Amino acid sequence: MISITVNGRDVNIEHPMSVRELLETVEVPPNYLAVEVNAEVVAREAYGEQMVNEGDDVEVVTLVGGG
Amino acid sequence: MTQSEAPLVVGGHTLASRLIVGTGRYDTMQQMRDSLDASGADCVTVAVRRERLYERGGQNILDFIDLDRYTLLPNTAGCYTAADAIRAAKLGREILRTLGNPGADWVKLEVLGDSKTLLPDPTETVTACRALADDGFQVLCYTSDCPVTAQRLKAAGAASVMPAGSPIGSGQGLLNPNNLQIILEYLKNDDPDYPVIIDAGVGTASDVAQAFELGGDAVLLNTAIAHARDPIQMARAMKHAAIAGRDAYLAGRIPKRLYGTASSPSEGVISTRPYGSEA
Repeated sequence: MISITVNGRDVNIEHPMSVRELLETVEVPPNYLAVEVNAEVVAREAYGEQMVNEGDDVEVVTLVGGG
Repeated sequence: MTQSEAPLVVGGHTLASRLIVGTGRYDTMQQMRDSLDASGADCVTVAVRRERLYERGGQNILDFIDLDRYTLLPNTAGCYTAADAIRAAKLGREILRTLGNPGADWVKLEVLGDSKTLLPDPTETVTACRALADDGFQVLCYTSDCPVTAQRLKAAGAASVMPAGSPIGSGQGLLNPNNLQIILEYLKNDDPDYPVIIDAGVGTASDVAQAFELGGDAVLLNTAIAHARDPIQMARAMKHAAIAGRDAYLAGRIPKRLYGTASSPSEGVISTRPYGSEA
């Protein structure tokens, strides 16, 4: 198991994995989301290559109502 | 002859409606969708927030916004530093890029300085504006009604400066129309097509009309519609106020006079003037 942070919460995952693999656990259409790993935006085309490793800080955001 | 005009251009975007409306604070997504429709807007703002990955079950706003009809304008609302606002802007750009929405290249920049008044932090806003403009964003910049800050933001590369009428969500209307007039004069001097958008503080339709009568190019509002007793009816009122205010501005109001001037001819009237009034 490795420890990462997702949206400010500590999360344990089985092993280092790609962003794409990590997002498979989320029931939101992927084009409604944007992802940062360690404060850098990950382009959707790079979800397969971008790995999430021990200690990484992941943010997954979407759009909500706002003014 | 009625003065006709070209549609408003902000950055690289041409807007059919001069009303930009927010999508927040509605009771339901359906009410939001119907209010957007009634407002006649073709540009709507959205916010970037953490996805609630572990407590899901809610609806996504994107299921209620026709992306072929509306250009989304992502905001950086709730950010208090330039660094956070830049992050939010880049995340919003990535979502809109993957959605194929034209709004991917612009952002409504909002960097707050005080959580009670929601007034902007001018130095952080200028810093973020410059950085985002350098990164290729069309920056629509929320600011106070301070003419000096407005000039700094334009110089920092803002595609549009958006002074507040009054604090966000306060419904107080335009508290300092003199400052707004000075901003319009300064920013449009030698650059008459530079878009100045009145953002925030609108309470009701007359505030929208007033913003346009002053010469504002567009009005951005959210709460005045979303929290009206009947949001859909208020959205329609705002649409008409925008058209009325803009038309009145283009038509040119009469000067104010201290004394009355009769609309009906004085010649041929059957009248006596008992108190010695002179003609």
